[in-house]
Amino acid sequence: MADEKPKNFQDRSERNVFALMLATAFAVSIAGIVEIVPLFYLKSAVDYTEKTDKYGNVKNEKFPELVWERSFDLDADGRVVLAQGSENKRLIYKNADGSWGSDWKAGDGVRPYTPLELAGRDIYIREGCYICHSQMIRPFRDERERYGHFSLATESMYDHPFQWGSKRTGPDLARVGGKFSDEWHVLHLLRPQDLVPESVMPAYPWLAENSIETSFFGIKRNMETRLTAMRRIGVPYTDDEIALAQDHIRGKTEMDAIVAYMQVLGTMVRLDDSKVYRE
Amino acid sequence: MDTTMTKPQYDDGVVKYLTVLAVVFLVLGTAMGTMAASQLAWPALNFDIAEITFARLRVMHTNTVIFAFGGMTLMATAFYTVQRTNGLKLYSNGLAWTTAILFTIGLLLGVISLSMGMTQGKEYHELIWPLDIAVALVWVMFTFNFVMTIANRNKQTHSHVYVSNWFFLGMMIMITYLYVVNGLAIPVSMFESYSIFSGVQDAMIQWWWGHNAVGFFLTAGFLAIMYYFVPKQAQRPVYSYRLSVIHFWALMFGYVWLGAHHLQYTALPDWTGSLGAAISLAMIIPSWGGALNGMLTLSGAWDRLRTDYILRFLVMALAFYAMATFEGPVMSAKTVNALSHYTDWTIGHVHSGALGWVAMVSIGAIYHMVMKLWNTEMYSMKLINFHFWLATIGTVLYIVAMWVSGIMQGLMWRAYDEYGMLAYTFAESVSAMHPYYVMRTIGGVLFTSGAVVMLYNIVMTLRMAKARQTSAVTAQA
Repeated sequence: MADEKPKNFQDRSERNVFALMLATAFAVSIAGIVEIVPLFYLKSAVDYTEKTDKYGNVKNEKFPELVWERSFDLDADGRVVLAQGSENKRLIYKNADGSWGSDWKAGDGVRPYTPLELAGRDIYIREGCYICHSQMIRPFRDERERYGHFSLATESMYDHPFQWGSKRTGPDLARVGGKFSDEWHVLHLLRPQDLVPESVMPAYPWLAENSIETSFFGIKRNMETRLTAMRRIGVPYTDDEIALAQDHIRGKTEMDAIVAYMQVLGTMVRLDDSKVYRE
Repeated sequence: MDTTMTKPQYDDGVVKYLTVLAVVFLVLGTAMGTMAASQLAWPALNFDIAEITFARLRVMHTNTVIFAFGGMTLMATAFYTVQRTNGLKLYSNGLAWTTAILFTIGLLLGVISLSMGMTQGKEYHELIWPLDIAVALVWVMFTFNFVMTIANRNKQTHSHVYVSNWFFLGMMIMITYLYVVNGLAIPVSMFESYSIFSGVQDAMIQWWWGHNAVGFFLTAGFLAIMYYFVPKQAQRPVYSYRLSVIHFWALMFGYVWLGAHHLQYTALPDWTGSLGAAISLAMIIPSWGGALNGMLTLSGAWDRLRTDYILRFLVMALAFYAMATFEGPVMSAKTVNALSHYTDWTIGHVHSGALGWVAMVSIGAIYHMVMKLWNTEMYSMKLINFHFWLATIGTVLYIVAMWVSGIMQGLMWRAYDEYGMLAYTFAESVSAMHPYYVMRTIGGVLFTSGAVVMLYNIVMTLRMAKARQTSAVTAQA
């Protein structure tokens, strides 16, 4: 019995555990190749937004309003700087009086997060907001009326990791930016039921007390490291912006940061209602 | 062939350790879940304590039940069955112990770090990067030991690899693959990292992992358990070999496609979601084939359900498996998904699989193993029956509550009044959920109580077995 030659493929795999493993590895690989790999190169998968080089230059010929187009270059010292024609497209800059400014305005198109927003996003992830709040509006009439225009892929192209969520225990937040005042958000995070009696959201009083400049166990929240890491995986920041990053969160609390993050959600693009963004 | 068939001695120490810990983690994990459920019913129970706010507790709950309880059960049963189906000891008992101890430490650190808010921010893949790497290494050690044990078998007496081992192997290969790809991230501090993927690609990769953590960890692995323990407990051979071959290959090939159905109507291209939904529908066939294969193994032995409480767990698990694998494809159909997505229905579906299928089949297998490993009767068979009813009623209450609340949520969100305005605010839909959240909590309390009864029963059984051993030794002396 045991000496017989294998009768067929199945018999052979059952006799040799390594053959079985190989066959299994093959069977489980096909779906990923068909479903996932194309998403990296099919332009239609990302609303025709293209990253054109290693600096992170982006363009969208079909829907130019989707992205805040900036181009980058290396200067003589090898630093990543804004290229000619983009000089006046600084994400953040510091005024002489110590206040902060940006050349980007709401509606100019999708851009990387400012350091403060990025730090706020870290807090959003730490507190697990995505467990109860989605950031992905579907193309239905009721969702449009409740939350706004359906979400496009380009809008989360700088989200590492994505925050689409999978559950709406609370409402969608993809376009929550600008719908409430900063004060409303602060009060709401401190005591949600004071503003929305039906709410089942926990209160987050510690956000107002903790400085955003430190992270777990009081270690420094190094924004330069974070922006540099983001740049390495395709989110374009100039060296000047990275150099300003730590300063940008100075003196802020976790509350300031998370509110800054929420206030930018959905405000980056002004979508044109007359255009069909997705078939 | 040599006729001196001596019964081989097995490496059971590590299996015993993993089995008992699995039950401890079942109690902890379900207790956390029940607490999280009650926080949604009564938000004051968040107590303004950061470590136990709903979102963190929920993640601690999922990690404890899936990876601690589920993982320990899978390791215990894999080490138990691989020795018995291949008629030899583990390739390395030392490696098995190392795996088990490191896994325990990793899980404890994992739960603590999650309570502190350390997370990668990807659902079901939250552990921070140092722990993430550690868990992956432990998993590879586990796989290596398992494979080498099979490779070392005596090919004269055990020429073919038994079906339960195929499923374990499938799980090990795919989970390694998924876990590594989905975990690719760039560290920015000791505790934080950013996924190297973003947006659409990250979403698809995440749900490719997310659904296959269900498909391979919680399904293939536990089907392996089913294919060993159901025939053993029923004392009947598996109903159909042919069906198990089809079941295996269809599951390996088909399950991987399903992740896309979590992203219907999102910014993911339409074809991807539709493809996911189409294959989801086709998956009813192998899933039901597998469930039937398990159930029909009982042909001619159905009467034993009246007396064998352990068999009851196993068969109820198969019934829930069949139900959940029907519900899943229904929910992945686009029209249904438009309603069910983002609602509690999804949570109900997960729990009919997790409580009804995974936990029940594990519980049956664990009771079976405890009696074999310690070579004893259970302390109380009546308590097993009591546990069975607590678990079943708890599960049913839970999923019914979530069906009602989920469908109601979906309908309220899309309801329009006579003037063509949205009929309800979001807050109104939240307050309408309250009674169902309470009902779910009650279901959770019942299920958790069952787990406590189980732990008590097993502890008493071990004490009884030990006492009997000592008295036997003294009698001999």
